[in-house]
Amino acid sequence: MSIEVIERYCKGCSICVEFCPKNVLEMDGFIVKVARPDDCIKCMQCELRCPDFAIKVHTD
Amino acid sequence: MAYDYEKSLRPGKLPHIWCPGCGHGIVMKGLLRAMDTCGLEKNNTALVSGIGCASRLPGYVDMCTLHTAHGRAAAFATGVKMARPEMNVIVMGGDGDGTAIGGNHFIHACRRNIDMTYVIMNNFIYGMTGGQFSPCTPTGDKASTTPYGNPDPTFDISKLAIGAGATFVARTTAFHATQIDKLIAEGIKHKGMAIIEVLDDCPTTYGRRNKFRSVVDMMKRLKDIAVPVTAAGKMTAEQLEGKILTGVLYKEDKPEYCEQYAKVIARAKGAK
Repeated sequence: MSIEVIERYCKGCSICVEFCPKNVLEMDGFIVKVARPDDCIKCMQCELRCPDFAIKVHTD
Repeated sequence: MAYDYEKSLRPGKLPHIWCPGCGHGIVMKGLLRAMDTCGLEKNNTALVSGIGCASRLPGYVDMCTLHTAHGRAAAFATGVKMARPEMNVIVMGGDGDGTAIGGNHFIHACRRNIDMTYVIMNNFIYGMTGGQFSPCTPTGDKASTTPYGNPDPTFDISKLAIGAGATFVARTTAFHATQIDKLIAEGIKHKGMAIIEVLDDCPTTYGRRNKFRSVVDMMKRLKDIAVPVTAAGKMTAEQLEGKILTGVLYKEDKPEYCEQYAKVIARAKGAK
């Protein structure tokens, strides 16, 4: 399991940070950073809500 | 497994032009999932749009696409559908494009009940042209051309579509991301004019003029004002004050325009 952030696409809107129920993500300047990957429950909210196609949750 | 959006996108087009936090990207993802669900393919699908932020969407999608004159997307789409009735025609546009400049084309496409899906992204403002107020800007809100508040009453796009004769009308918001693809898929499968209004956020030209502190604030507002149409029956008039109904608002079966037109052609050729 891994969370991939495509930094070239991320515009730093922080929607994913706010709607992550387990507080896995945080802002690192204007780019999102996967701060606590072990807490991820694979709810896919970040991937679903990212308007910029910048975040992918690989579950396998 | 992560959903592979890139298989339906033109390579090298990302990152897109929309501002940080703009809901159009969320709608685009919903559209791609819906097209996948319905099994639409590159050579049997046409995406048509006019001018505006929302109308940039077809440029990113690897399908037959048509980027047309401001407000005229529904007219061009009608032409595509009449010439190639086997095509799945999907129109993407914004509230200014669809209901102000293209208001005439919008209502007549609804009236004809031509088999197409119109996804109208209502972000309450003209984004690309500089934040002028649109017919959907809430009364009292500020835009670049209404710095002291907008005096105009607003359009309810879904009611307009129902009144004009569309046979499938649904509404959702950019916050309800999974509902977007379900409603678009239902609209694509519906035989006749399907209008899907998606309430959207424009942080750059609408949000910052109207005291939204962040994109997340705008998303939470969309969540707060939305009431599922199934739950609204149990609510009082006071509870529904300022709320917007979401879900499938109207659905009926009526004769579809291309089929009716084919009958006219057959009659003109002498068939009984």
